[in-house]
Amino acid sequence: MGKLLDFLARIGRVFIAFLQTIGRVTIFSGRVVSHCVRPPFYPRLIGRQMVEIGYYSLPVVGLTTFFSGMVLALQSHTGFARFSAEGAVATVVVISVTRELGPVFAGLMVAGRIGAAMAAEIGTMRVTEQIDALGTLSTNPYKYLLAPRLIAGLTMLPFLVLVGDIIGVFGGYLVGVYKLGFNPSNYINRTWEYLEPLDVISGLVKASVFGFLVSLMGCYHGYNSRGGAQGVGAATTNAVVSASILILIFNYFLTELFFAK
Amino acid sequence: MNTVVPKIELTGVSKAFGKKVVLDGLDLAIAPAESVVVIGGSGTGKSVMLKCILGLLEADAGSIRIDGGEILGIGSRERERINRRIGMLFQGSALFDSLPVWENVSFGLIQGHNMDRSTARATALEKMAQVGLSPDVADLSPAELSGGMQKRVALARAIATNPEIIFFDEPTTGLDPIMADVINDLIVKTVKQMGATALSITHDMVSARKIADRIAMLYHGKLIWVGPAAEVYSSGNPYVDQFVHGRAEGPIKMEVRL
Repeated sequence: MGKLLDFLARIGRVFIAFLQTIGRVTIFSGRVVSHCVRPPFYPRLIGRQMVEIGYYSLPVVGLTTFFSGMVLALQSHTGFARFSAEGAVATVVVISVTRELGPVFAGLMVAGRIGAAMAAEIGTMRVTEQIDALGTLSTNPYKYLLAPRLIAGLTMLPFLVLVGDIIGVFGGYLVGVYKLGFNPSNYINRTWEYLEPLDVISGLVKASVFGFLVSLMGCYHGYNSRGGAQGVGAATTNAVVSASILILIFNYFLTELFFAK
Repeated sequence: MNTVVPKIELTGVSKAFGKKVVLDGLDLAIAPAESVVVIGGSGTGKSVMLKCILGLLEADAGSIRIDGGEILGIGSRERERINRRIGMLFQGSALFDSLPVWENVSFGLIQGHNMDRSTARATALEKMAQVGLSPDVADLSPAELSGGMQKRVALARAIATNPEIIFFDEPTTGLDPIMADVINDLIVKTVKQMGATALSITHDMVSARKIADRIAMLYHGKLIWVGPAAEVYSSGNPYVDQFVHGRAEGPIKMEVRL
């Protein structure tokens, strides 16, 4: 009986800790969002973060979506050949890339690149008292450090995904035309024929949500890091892992929101 | 009857982290233009006291007043307004890695006082000159400077807005004795020039005697002795005696586990 109670108590403690974390993250995100919409604004810092997230992530997102499009064309061709449905390859590539692969892969790549960098930078600022110094210099760290990153994440990931969509579809086109022998104009026609605005829009909305999550996790774990280099390392890992998991969870719910009948 | 309102006044300030009581009803009053140094061993709550005054930590109980006005529990906007009147030199300098030296120095002017960047740069160069830094270093990154130079930049940043109050957190820690003396001289000179009220925390007795008008000793969350700097070596307080002479034997027991 005693062991059972201990076991239940342990489960209860884990559950309570989980709820506490959700509460802390919710309060934190509410505070950051409120500072995003209240002056003073820092356009120079927002611009710098937009370049960091949007421009410098282009190669990694481009490469990821390019090869994903290529693999998708190849895989769907070998799969559909069993049902003599090879003609659907172009449609499958464009819908998969715009709805799912583009936003999810871009989100995960940016989580690894930007989420980690944000957590490490803000975490180092925390443990070296730079964030305290901001406070003593009459500068709100939420406004100066966190809000520009959240705004940049929210706005730049859709841009990255849009570019990634085009590159991914182009990757599928190259494999379709030069490896699988599709007629180029037929492939392009098939790409456009079944593509609906919602396919692209849903992907961009997902991207925006993922951008928010990546920035939020990077900022949250960095801002609350403690204990020197080890604490910053843990914050970086937690930022990437939590952002990646949240991206996959939110992807399901957003897909259900957009496409479930 | 003395009617001068203290510039900074702490009354019954308490702060605990979980079960660990760090400040236990601390009382301290600092007159305008006075320089007070709080000494005490590592982990006795000196930095916590400063952070409570700055609003970086919220005291659990008591009263903290600046110019007679309560600042404990004030809102963030009011806190920003109060902090505009305060300069702070951090123990590790806490310079912003992402900004060049001149922007570090002028940060409070640009962000807190909305000064335009060209005027702020000129003011930064002027403040840097006050602490013996040449304009050559203005565009360098803090990482390119030695520890002593970083401390000077941090001092220039602390005085850039001509604050009424300046806090110094272990200003000479990690510096060689000569550089430490240079920093002490700069602190004395700038504080006197500006007529600022200074509150420093340190366990460097040479520094404490040089920059303080009065010295207070913090032990177990309370100030156990406050007196003129010149009397710290003849206080008659066994705790103060042990600390200032750096003796292992005495009433202060270090928590050392072998």
